[in-house]
Amino acid sequence: MTDCEKRHLIFGIKRAAPIVLGYVPVGFALGVLAANAGLTPLQTGMMSLLVYAGSAQFIAVSMLSAAASYPAIIATTFLVNLRHLLFSASLSPYFKEISRKLILFISFFITDESFAVSITDLRERNLSYTYLLGLYVTSYLSWVLSTVMGTAFGNLIPDTKALGFDFALPGMFMALLCMQIKDMKTAFAAVLAGALSVFFLYVLPGNWNVILASVITAMIGVLMEK
Amino acid sequence: MSIDKNYLFLLFGMALVTYLPRLMPALILSKRNIPEVLVKFLNYIPVSVLSALLVPSILVVDDKINISPSNTLLLTSILTFPLAYKIRNMFLTVIAGMIIIVILNRILF
Repeated sequence: MTDCEKRHLIFGIKRAAPIVLGYVPVGFALGVLAANAGLTPLQTGMMSLLVYAGSAQFIAVSMLSAAASYPAIIATTFLVNLRHLLFSASLSPYFKEISRKLILFISFFITDESFAVSITDLRERNLSYTYLLGLYVTSYLSWVLSTVMGTAFGNLIPDTKALGFDFALPGMFMALLCMQIKDMKTAFAAVLAGALSVFFLYVLPGNWNVILASVITAMIGVLMEK
Repeated sequence: MSIDKNYLFLLFGMALVTYLPRLMPALILSKRNIPEVLVKFLNYIPVSVLSALLVPSILVVDDKINISPSNTLLLTSILTFPLAYKIRNMFLTVIAGMIIIVILNRILF
């Protein structure tokens, strides 16, 4: 590893700090629900290791407690996680210098949060793949560990809400959103996407709101550019 | 502790349908020149996604829109936003917001 790659690795690990602050309490909460649904720490940990998708895991656990069929859970997971298509496509221009083999590895770790942080950083700076490894793997480990701990010791944890952790992820999204707002057009896109997302949350069941709001807003954005 | 075969089938199914959408666009698009119109479209994705994730997470509590002061997440977001916009620093924004929400929770409840 060159000096530059080492610096980028450390930068990536540091940039994971707000994600970890957000993932730990949410992962614990998921673990508690999983334990109530009858899952062991090993079963929860395996799910986090292999799937690594917060909202889909919450839905899967609640479907397991309702004794839903496995194909139904898999189908729902697919729909809930379709939004990753957009993240992956948006990151693709920054994967030009990365080998195909490494893309197979790195793209596994794309989540709402890791996408949001990395796309902001990659747009502002030229960063090597080690940055992505640092950011993505740190976030991943915090998620896997906190869901396992939550399942095992869920009932021992203090009230994380009283410590303000419920603002960690919204706060991170807000800071990143501010960095993306550069002119009237992007400000308009932010307002539109937010409104559409709430709208679709109400009119369409099944977590379509993020993907629909983003696709419609980006299409209107393209029209604004002309 | 053991894991039965059915549960493993569930996990592999979930893993596969989650991994493929994460992988395919990056794998297909990264090594070729994408059309100008798609570049413009993708340029609007981060701002749209961030807002689409943020707004419901602070506005909707227990499946209902809550715009009263009892929604401390929303109140904290409104108070933190000017700071977030000015300092453009992810970590400081999160810490400041966490301090504000702890204070608000103490005052309001």
